[in-house]
Amino acid sequence: MADTLTPVLTDNWDVERSWTLASYEERGGYAALDTAFAMAPDDVINAVKESGLRGRGGAGFPTGMKWGFIPQDNPKPKYLVVNADESEPGTCKDTPLMLASPHTLVEGVIISSYAIRANTAFIYVRGEILHVIRRLQRAVQEAYLAGHLGKNIHGSGFDLDLIVHAGAGAYICGEETALLEGLEGRRGQPRLRPPFPAVAGLYASPTVINNVESIASVPSIIANGAAWFAGMGTEKSNGYGIFSLSGHVTRPGQYEAPLGITLRELIDLAGGMREGHELKFWTPGGSSTPLLTPEHLDVPLDFESVGAAGSMLGTRALQLFDETTCVVRAVLRWTEFYKHESCGKCTPCREGTWWLTQTLAKLEKGEGSESDLDLLLDQCDNILGRSFCALGDGATSPISSSIQHFRDEYLAHLSHGGCPFDPAASTAFAPAGATA
Amino acid sequence: MTTTDKAPDKVDTDLVTLTIDGVQVSVPKDTLVIRAAEQVGVQIPRFCDHPLLDPVGACRQCLVDIPDAGNGRGFPKPQASCTLPVAEGMVVNTQATSEVADKAQQGVMEFLLINHPLDCPVCDKGGECPLQNQAMSNGRGESRFAENGGVKRTFPKPINISAQVLLDRERCVLCARCTRFSEQVAGDPFIALAERGALQQVAIYEREPYESYFSGNAIQICPVGALTSADYRFRSRPFDLVSTPSVAEHDACGAAIRVDHRRGKVMRRLAGNEPEINEEWISDKDRFAFRYAQVEDRITYPQIREDGELRPASWTEAFAVAARGLRDAGAGAVLTGGRLTAEDAYAYAKFARVSLGTNDIDFRARPHSAEEASFLASRVALSGEVTYADLEAAPVVVLLGLEPEDEAATIFLRLRKAARNGRTQVVSVAPWSSRGLKKMKGRLVPAAPGAEVEVIGSLADAEHGVSKDAVILVGERLAATHGALSAAADLAARTGARLAWVPRRAGDRGAVEAGALPNLLPGGRPVGEASARVDVAAAWGVGSLPAKAGRDGNAIVAALAKGDLGGLVVGGVDPDDTVDPAAFRTALDAARFVVSLELRATDVTAAADVVLPVAPVTDKAGTFVTWDGRAREFPAVFSNPASLPDLRVLAGIADELAALGHGSSLGFRTVAEARAEMQSLGPWDGERPTLDAGKAPKPPKAGKAGSFALATWKQLIDLGSMQDGEAHLRATARPPVVRLNRAAYESVFGLLDDTEPGGARLAQVTGDRGSITLPVVVADLPDGVVWVPARSFGRGVLAELASPGSTVTVKGASR
Repeated sequence: MADTLTPVLTDNWDVERSWTLASYEERGGYAALDTAFAMAPDDVINAVKESGLRGRGGAGFPTGMKWGFIPQDNPKPKYLVVNADESEPGTCKDTPLMLASPHTLVEGVIISSYAIRANTAFIYVRGEILHVIRRLQRAVQEAYLAGHLGKNIHGSGFDLDLIVHAGAGAYICGEETALLEGLEGRRGQPRLRPPFPAVAGLYASPTVINNVESIASVPSIIANGAAWFAGMGTEKSNGYGIFSLSGHVTRPGQYEAPLGITLRELIDLAGGMREGHELKFWTPGGSSTPLLTPEHLDVPLDFESVGAAGSMLGTRALQLFDETTCVVRAVLRWTEFYKHESCGKCTPCREGTWWLTQTLAKLEKGEGSESDLDLLLDQCDNILGRSFCALGDGATSPISSSIQHFRDEYLAHLSHGGCPFDPAASTAFAPAGATA
Repeated sequence: MTTTDKAPDKVDTDLVTLTIDGVQVSVPKDTLVIRAAEQVGVQIPRFCDHPLLDPVGACRQCLVDIPDAGNGRGFPKPQASCTLPVAEGMVVNTQATSEVADKAQQGVMEFLLINHPLDCPVCDKGGECPLQNQAMSNGRGESRFAENGGVKRTFPKPINISAQVLLDRERCVLCARCTRFSEQVAGDPFIALAERGALQQVAIYEREPYESYFSGNAIQICPVGALTSADYRFRSRPFDLVSTPSVAEHDACGAAIRVDHRRGKVMRRLAGNEPEINEEWISDKDRFAFRYAQVEDRITYPQIREDGELRPASWTEAFAVAARGLRDAGAGAVLTGGRLTAEDAYAYAKFARVSLGTNDIDFRARPHSAEEASFLASRVALSGEVTYADLEAAPVVVLLGLEPEDEAATIFLRLRKAARNGRTQVVSVAPWSSRGLKKMKGRLVPAAPGAEVEVIGSLADAEHGVSKDAVILVGERLAATHGALSAAADLAARTGARLAWVPRRAGDRGAVEAGALPNLLPGGRPVGEASARVDVAAAWGVGSLPAKAGRDGNAIVAALAKGDLGGLVVGGVDPDDTVDPAAFRTALDAARFVVSLELRATDVTAAADVVLPVAPVTDKAGTFVTWDGRAREFPAVFSNPASLPDLRVLAGIADELAALGHGSSLGFRTVAEARAEMQSLGPWDGERPTLDAGKAPKPPKAGKAGSFALATWKQLIDLGSMQDGEAHLRATARPPVVRLNRAAYESVFGLLDDTEPGGARLAQVTGDRGSITLPVVVADLPDGVVWVPARSFGRGVLAELASPGSTVTVKGASR
């Protein structure tokens, strides 16, 4: 059980000009590269398998196993694609990581590419975060100039080209096959699977797609050993992760800790909830994960425990809302986001989000009736598991979980003839003493 | 059973056994669940699914419950049956047995309808709409969205995405059938989905218009009323229409069509489903070009010329006048176009021999040669070694003088499918790489007009891969170069490859079989074989048949002009299609007596002494013989007693001639009787004549320096008279342009500015018959060759420019 922070990825964020190559190398950066090059590629894969690293993009799929799916007898080139299209509401871990220490990611890309025998790698970064794109591009340029990228890296005989690709601003491109479509220059819409990207991904070639944090964790695993990494966290959720606290908390920010830490501990670390207020509800991993309540404060934040509590660990984007917040209003805002970002490919997500938004908007205004809650739940039932990809599933999470936990609050809107909350009270600039 | 070294037609594929709604069924492996369910009689509702398109899984209407995927474990959520292949031991519960599947389908249907306008009462699709039908069978009766005052997404009502195709975005369910068809089948990816969420819509790009010869198929497979044609929109309701299956009359492919008509008028045509021929696709010409039979200048009653003017006449009078005129005119001949049914062609062939006592008959109303007649007799008549399926199976398909996208659209779609599947390499001997060739991923072996013989000879080289499994498709244009058809036959003989002749018109192959040629009698019997003549004479109950080989079309025209021939029976020939339109007109004027059997007023009827109206294909039964030797019979759509097929008209004249002591009756008056006689006559079982290329004509004069050899062919949609009456179709024709290679372009216009859009400059091309001015674009032509479309301007290349292969000059022109 973790009781302290374990800064690994975030360790150098407070260093002067931490994003520069000089700063990174001064702290031993790019040394793990030589350790990896001294190993056979399969041994690197094994080390990652043994470490127990699970995908940090939300789904938690074992990273080493994913690498092992790449058919090495396939004559086509292999590709590594880093999913840096961080767009989930509440999620804000990859962006600061790439901003503060882009070389951690670059080093991870090189080791990971070496392991899967890819000679071309891509970082697909969301186009809106221009400052991050610039940092990444500069870091890649520095790495080329220093011989960490290009031909015969560190004399190992391994060649790697790394391309930073800016997305065009679509949430759906965080879905890995839609990302590949975007990377190939097409509209971002998810692809039919099979074939899976490991067999036919980018340009119909074997492709590994990993989250930024997953790849950035690889150098530390190679440098410190799989056992070191596996020694952190819980039994099935090994290692550390960045927990992003946002919302009504005293010190929002990134808290890097072993998996299995509880929200209660994290809130303590963050200086508690906003002065004079109580936690009302929270998301464990972004808006697509069903929301939880104070009764879940002591749930260990690992994949299994959060799942058992009826939600998902997701991206560890902990959005905290205190009692000034109207849950209907929050859920409507999220739903509007999903409606705006639905790619349009499949019916349940495209039409369902269009309708959910209208039903919720009416409820927020106090119109409609109690049966509309059943209608909402039925709509969610017709979307969840019926959509082409997980976007539609995610759109239903806040609605069904909020009705489960806060049905009375929905009804209060109907009896009150509108929202019973003062929207100003929930703002960051709320006057002291404002109440719901 | 005896053993045979011939491979079985169908290889037994591995079967997979699964259980659907409690019924066990075995289907070939890789079958999709949605189609396996059809085998047990369960129709799972669907929109995006189409058996001839790649699966996409977009609409989610076909969700089913899979309690066991074949590995003992089920899927936790309903699965799209249109993307899921069957597995051994799989258990599938569809809406028929699973509440989960039924609710999932009802849920998706409800979603599909929330943004749909539900304007069925004014929608063309209403009554034959998969959305309407499946909303009834698999949806709820009342909309909870409407009950709750939901606000629909709206768009301005229909917008044109081409001159012919209109898009109503409100009705669209975004199944992507149209976009997938255009990209995958037609190879014209000019429509695509754009925007996102509920605002997603089918879109075009202003600089790449939706220019496709196959756009009508996208309309037909649209499962809602989102795509409509300008031609049919608001014309009728499906439940008012009567449907008759038929065969397209525009090319030699024999595509199955469905003719939908109301109160004696064709309202629209749809693609029929004929897996061995056109699958489910037809060209826009086959679909929309049918109004030529409804235009003002249709001839509806017999006419005879009196004091220089045509006047109405009764059938009996017209027959008698025609017979007397032909008797008095001296030696007669018969010219037919390539549009006849096999039965009608047979009637002309018999009429020439029995009533006129001559072999002077030719169906080739286009440039032709004696070598071609010999080729048709020796290599084409009675042949049928190649089928559509063979095109898909062959490793190499060689195209000689054939541009399938323009001249045989169904073949084009098959070859594109084969090339897309990576099985077939198309090799084309042509002057330039057409868009069609690129879509077939074909390889060009460039040949200037006149240089085909040498190029065809080189195809036997190993690099082209022409082996015994290859197929050689010979187009009718190859006849224009002396020796080219012999070279093609020689290539087939040397490599063992199979050869097929692909004419442009629906009646051409049938006319060969029916004996509408100077050197062939019906059933592929050579005129030169005494036993063949005896055979036919006995069957026809006449003493003998003329033994002298007849004149071909060119010789008939020359003999008429010289006065060696006096009478002429013309059935459906456009003078401007013939090798020398001016000479043809002169011959018409010179002829002492002309009988014209026609659908509409033409230059021939204007010169004829007797004009006899004939039935369009809708008014008669018939048979078109396809390029692959298939007899495609079709029934009459309408029963119209005033509309007689050519064979009935000829029978009437023959009777009158017989009464005057010339020949005898034809012996049939109906299509069924003619068909029965053809069948009882049967095919010739003797030796096929040998191919004789004949004497080489005088080599053409070498052109002056800076002159060009003229290459040309007819584009699919052009000014052909059978496309008259449908302005929207004609508006989708590719605009006519002159094509030059880069060097030639630059020698005329100066350096090519690659940023300039193609067709910005005008070129004037001048030949011995006139000049035309068209926009010019650069193509990969050989040096010294210019290409223009044959019938896309004025009266066409033959009438107004020069004959194909001859020398023309090119210069810049100003607008």
